[in-house]
Amino acid sequence: MKGTPIFSFIFVMWVLIIVGGGLLILFTAPISITEYGALDSFLTSGVKAVIAIILVTIWIYILSKIKNWIFHKQIKH
Amino acid sequence: MLDQIIPAVLVSAIAFFLVYLITPFLIKALEKRNLTVKDYNRVGGAMVPRPGGPSLLIGIVVAEIILYTFFPTIEIVAILVTTSLAFVVGIIDDRKTLGGWFKPIALAGCAIPIILLGAYDSNLTFPLFGAVKIPALYVVIIIFMIPITGNTINSIDVLNGVASGFMTIASFALTISLFVIQNYEIAIASLPLGFASLAFYKYHKFPSRIFPGDSGALTFGAMYGVIAIVGHVEIIAAVALLPAVINSFLFLSSVKRIIEHRQIKSNPVAHTDDFKLMVTTDRNAPVTLVRLILAGGPMTEKQIGSVIFRLGLFSAALAIITAFMMGIKI
Repeated sequence: MKGTPIFSFIFVMWVLIIVGGGLLILFTAPISITEYGALDSFLTSGVKAVIAIILVTIWIYILSKIKNWIFHKQIKH
Repeated sequence: MLDQIIPAVLVSAIAFFLVYLITPFLIKALEKRNLTVKDYNRVGGAMVPRPGGPSLLIGIVVAEIILYTFFPTIEIVAILVTTSLAFVVGIIDDRKTLGGWFKPIALAGCAIPIILLGAYDSNLTFPLFGAVKIPALYVVIIIFMIPITGNTINSIDVLNGVASGFMTIASFALTISLFVIQNYEIAIASLPLGFASLAFYKYHKFPSRIFPGDSGALTFGAMYGVIAIVGHVEIIAAVALLPAVINSFLFLSSVKRIIEHRQIKSNPVAHTDDFKLMVTTDRNAPVTLVRLILAGGPMTEKQIGSVIFRLGLFSAALAIITAFMMGIKI
């Protein structure tokens, strides 16, 4: 079927979204900084944001690798 | 139940028939004012009226205002304001070709009413694992969401009927998902997007009688984004949009900067003698979804559109599965 590698790529993206979401919930959600008074919520959000950005960067890196692997022949063509 | 069925049917019919009836008049008006662009993929290069955004906006705005009389919620106000502002950004870009950064920044501004109105919940919900509360980060997500959905739909608007057809599929997937997670009011508020897209597709499908232009594409994309936010279905919305996301991802990863499509010097596709589309051998040309689809060999514009719609249906199915998974916790 035309575009089969793209269907595979979409499926992989979907799995990565669910797994990435799971990692975010498991590792980021429980983080709570409580020793800096008024700065607590700001610092908690900041740490969560940094972790989220790292996860998104890893997600994009994995996608780039998978894209190159799946579409290698097509792009070369 | 009846108090929800009546507005659902009413706003769907209003959005569909307004766009369906107004668009032919818009086509004539645009032709009369010579507001047409060349369709390079058509034999002979037909001149096609643009933009179709105004008819879409009228259909959506009237339907949402009527819905507001049934459900006077702040979420519907946010949908109305953000969608209208995105249309204004689009119409400016239709009239004057602005730089690559104009649209993302202006669309980020369109997201501000969602924040000011407080029409969001800072819990980001994932399937199977539950929600994470990210108050400060969620505001950043809102600011990014509208430019991303707006530009993503805009970037897929490269072939006859693709933007409106794809939007029809994605928005109905979002509506079904909203019903699955029992967010009925936002599900009904999303119906005008699907029905307006469907009515516009009648004139936009191959061979196009009108192009949506930036005003149409940004209206589609921004409304989709704001529904995702106010309906708390951000992840589901992203899944339904995956083929268009792939297109943007491939484009950005090959071009490596924010740039307007019009500024691309190397065309990713060319025409065969029988006017099918084929990939170019130009190494500087950006990698796009269409270019990948064509890697298997030349295809007609209609055939490419059909592949994109199949990809859209596949993503729509994954989005609905994701909605069902929202109810499962592990």
